[in-house]
Amino acid sequence: MKMVNLTIDGKTVTVPEGTLIVNAAKKVGIDIPVFCYHPKMEPVGMCRMCLVEIGRPVIDRTTGQVVREDDGSPKMQFGPKLETACTTPVSEGMVVLGTSEKAKAGRQDIIEFLLTSHPLDCPICDKGGECPLQNLTMEFGPGESRYLYDEKMHLAKHVPLGELIYLDRERCIQCGRCVRFQDQVVDDPVIGFFQRGRSLEIVTYSEPGFDSVFSGNTTDICPVGALTTTDFRFKARPWELRSAASICTQCPVGCNIAFNTRREAVSGGKWVIKRVMPRQNEWVNEIWMCDKGRFGYHYSKSAERLTQPLVRRQGELAPATWEEALSFVAERFQQAGDGLFSIAGGRLSNEDLYNQGKLTDSLGGKKVLYGTMGGGDLTAQSGLVPGSNFSDMGKETAILVVASDLHEEAPIWWLRVKQAAERGAQLIVANPRPTRLDAYATHLVRYPYGSEAGALLAMVNTLSAKRPDLPEAVANLVRSPELKAAAKAFAEAENAVILYGSEGTGLETSTALAQSCQNLLLATGHIGRINNGLVAVWQRVNDQGAWELGWRPVANLPEAMQAARALYVAAADPAGDDPAYLAEGRLGSQEQAFLVVQDLFLTATARLADVVLPVQAWTEREGSYTSGERRVQRFYPVVPELADSYADFSVAGQIGKRLGLDMEIRLAGRTFARLASETPAFTGLSYARLAEVVEQWPIVGRGDLYYGGTTYENSQGIGVQLPLTSAGGLSWPKLVEVGMPKIGLLAVPITRLYDHGSTLLPSSMLHQRIPEPYVVLNDQDAERLKISEGAAIQLIPAEGGSWLGVRAIARLRSDVPERIVLVPRSFGLPVAGPTVVSVRLAERVLA
Amino acid sequence: MAGIIGEILRGLSTTLHMAATKPVTIQYPEVKRPVRPRFKGRHHLMRYDNGMEKCIGCSLCSAACPADAIFVEAAENTDEERYSPGERYARVYEINMLRCIFCGYCEDACPTEAIVLGDNYELSFTDRRSSIYAKEMLLVPVDEGGKPTPQKVEPGIYTRSIPVMQDPKD
Ligand code: SF4
Ligand code: SF4
Ligand code: SF4
Ligand code: SF4
Ligand code: FES
Repeated sequence: MKMVNLTIDGKTVTVPEGTLIVNAAKKVGIDIPVFCYHPKMEPVGMCRMCLVEIGRPVIDRTTGQVVREDDGSPKMQFGPKLETACTTPVSEGMVVLGTSEKAKAGRQDIIEFLLTSHPLDCPICDKGGECPLQNLTMEFGPGESRYLYDEKMHLAKHVPLGELIYLDRERCIQCGRCVRFQDQVVDDPVIGFFQRGRSLEIVTYSEPGFDSVFSGNTTDICPVGALTTTDFRFKARPWELRSAASICTQCPVGCNIAFNTRREAVSGGKWVIKRVMPRQNEWVNEIWMCDKGRFGYHYSKSAERLTQPLVRRQGELAPATWEEALSFVAERFQQAGDGLFSIAGGRLSNEDLYNQGKLTDSLGGKKVLYGTMGGGDLTAQSGLVPGSNFSDMGKETAILVVASDLHEEAPIWWLRVKQAAERGAQLIVANPRPTRLDAYATHLVRYPYGSEAGALLAMVNTLSAKRPDLPEAVANLVRSPELKAAAKAFAEAENAVILYGSEGTGLETSTALAQSCQNLLLATGHIGRINNGLVAVWQRVNDQGAWELGWRPVANLPEAMQAARALYVAAADPAGDDPAYLAEGRLGSQEQAFLVVQDLFLTATARLADVVLPVQAWTEREGSYTSGERRVQRFYPVVPELADSYADFSVAGQIGKRLGLDMEIRLAGRTFARLASETPAFTGLSYARLAEVVEQWPIVGRGDLYYGGTTYENSQGIGVQLPLTSAGGLSWPKLVEVGMPKIGLLAVPITRLYDHGSTLLPSSMLHQRIPEPYVVLNDQDAERLKISEGAAIQLIPAEGGSWLGVRAIARLRSDVPERIVLVPRSFGLPVAGPTVVSVRLAERVLA
Repeated sequence: MAGIIGEILRGLSTTLHMAATKPVTIQYPEVKRPVRPRFKGRHHLMRYDNGMEKCIGCSLCSAACPADAIFVEAAENTDEERYSPGERYARVYEINMLRCIFCGYCEDACPTEAIVLGDNYELSFTDRRSSIYAKEMLLVPVDEGGKPTPQKVEPGIYTRSIPVMQDPKD
């Protein structure tokens, strides 16, 4: 890369060719004020705040040499007018003056213009105190206005763009950052400019308004208080807030976030969370986050939370002391011995899973990860290696996204994959139905539901001479030119990454898919190098961590549970999710095994339990999660713990202590140290290691609000990516033939971002985005079955077993394959994997 | 000798003189002295003539307070339930009179002249809790012709928090 030397305000700077002057200045700590420029977006030069004087050396046309003054210094020619530093790239020998009288006067005038119609709103403005316009006015403004008050524009101050974001038209300085973010960065062009000149306003084009899962980010980058969130409106002034670093728990991306808290009188003086902000981590979420993470944290402060242990006495759950409850549990676990069945959800932290695992192992019990996705052992063998970063992927990379509606499953990964594709990466999207990623794909592969693994094996097949037989369903696929082209692109790329999700898969199909992915990576040599490998789009934040610590899902858990003499269920609600656990799993029946439930809420399973143990939410404690990219990241206590409460790892530890085990019950950090010393992949890690930070670009944070927005600077840890555990091998996956049924339809599970999960529903501001339980049918099928859009229907599984008549609304789409019913997960319809069903109209409810 | 008598007489005359002058002692609390015009005593939260609260819950007083005596918690007005003009009002407003040093910075900081230090200096408490003056205690009574808050108002009238100031130096 060619480097260019220039001088900015007397400082000599050397930056790569093509760098913009603003960025070159920022790199050496010179602040050139900007409003419309943002380091993550293309410059537009709309606001003129960044005016500077620029001098360029005079070049003699005949010799091509720099003309020198008498004293030997190059002769400079300054432009007659000020230029915008945000649109001008650096050039050799350039001299930039940002502090000259001329530049100062220019900026002062721009500020004066901006303020001509700005309201005197700072006292009640949510941005007041962290407002670039305020700050830059103090620094560069004239200090006094010559404008007549009567001539100020008066505009609407309370315009809901959607139910999450409000617009104050008077405060908007029309920099276009929000519109450009939605257009260029996330490609959700749902807001835009309307009218011109002084009548210009931001409007939303979508129904519902501002229909984008990234909408909250616009409030961070808006340089004024024109855009505010429903969640934070008037909740506190920025200087009153304390912040704590945390990790979002809503998906496997593990976005770095910061919680802002304040004591609140109406909550009796308690510390409460006032807002969530992204925290910069250029390897994970850059400076963004999605709305599910930003607004979905309210469950942690729900009034429904359990506060004390409950023990069943005379058939009723009654409050008990910790001592009673834990001793009782320990005694019964001891009796159960190897009949102990531990079921843990991926919402638990590494420390929790380690301690619960330790307890279970020492009794010889079984550790079960609650979920229907497989392949976590393979992602540990052939996942991304340390140093990998989606932001570095471009032309030389191929990205294959298979069986995943990434936009719904992990929005920030969707964004980063899309951006890699825009930088020139080969993007192969393999999915049975169109998804939002298709628009950026260079190759599209369609396969029938149930043949995920087959489709990938077909890709391997087209690349090798040896051709093992493929299942019938994909036999045609091998000959498809799209698939061949995709396989070729994948094989030829220098680097290649596969993201596999759980669209349409259950545990068996997912496990087979993961193995086929690994085969493809091995066959094409895309393992063990930076920006190569396998990533699972898990359904929970710490599923990967659970796999690393030896937790595994089991096929047909309800049946497997029958062997249990004691059940220890943490962060999972089997009885609430699927009635099969009641029938086959014997939950709630006479033969129910001794059941301990450890959760935040009194879930359906907890209601059946013999002992219920409350725990702390992740905002009340320390811990760490392992993201889908195998990055171990720390989260910190945000608000004080509830009285007499313990974190999951401590509860498991205390049970263990009563069984005579040596377990850590107090400090998460010490638990992690033990974990690290016993788990090969974690060797050498410690909380101190996870808290390490490095310098990141763009510079964001408290002093640089005008530049990158209100995103928090990362001062508490960027986390550490785990090394690969061992080399994975080729193996022929156990393919499950999921053929089309002769009669009936095939119901397949899909993932939706806004679902009915217990960790989302308490956020009432999102309710408008959370649909009623629904299923999606092919419109032709629907016509045949006489089902109209919006009809209430029921799905009846062919293999018997009633789903208790769960009703759902039918939605008809032409892009769903024929004879397929898409069933969103966590909407009360328990489809664990591809299932043959019949559909019927729900009986009318008699009024 | 003469010196001593002279001294005694001088002392006596002072005594007699003082006995004849009006005492400076005031029979507090029966009698109260008026305070000086710029005296700073217990705060009041003011209202507009129509009864609406001037305070818009901006927390600037609390930010300015060197003794950290003020706690403000804001909430959003609606036209159905309006406390103050504009979108924001103080849902909770508390001053800890034990902390307050009566510097008047809050008064200076307030953009709407809502908080005003008054004449009352009779602040005594028997426990710490009662040193915290809540919003109800600080708000002045509604003037004649005004209505108590919250008020139900026509939409679109009270859209701005800070009253229009023709001359910003006002
Ligand atoms: S946007 Fe900034 S300058 Fe404008 S009212 Fe809000 S805080 Fe003040
Ligand atoms: S709303 Fe904010 S980000 Fe959008 S144009 Fe206005 S000032 Fe810029
Ligand atoms: S992308 Fe995932 S981790 Fe990031 S904010 Fe959204 S839900 Fe949270
Ligand atoms: S009294 Fe004045 S400064 Fe204090 S919160 Fe109310 S309006 Fe703001
Ligand atoms: S014109 Fe350069 S920052 Fe707006």
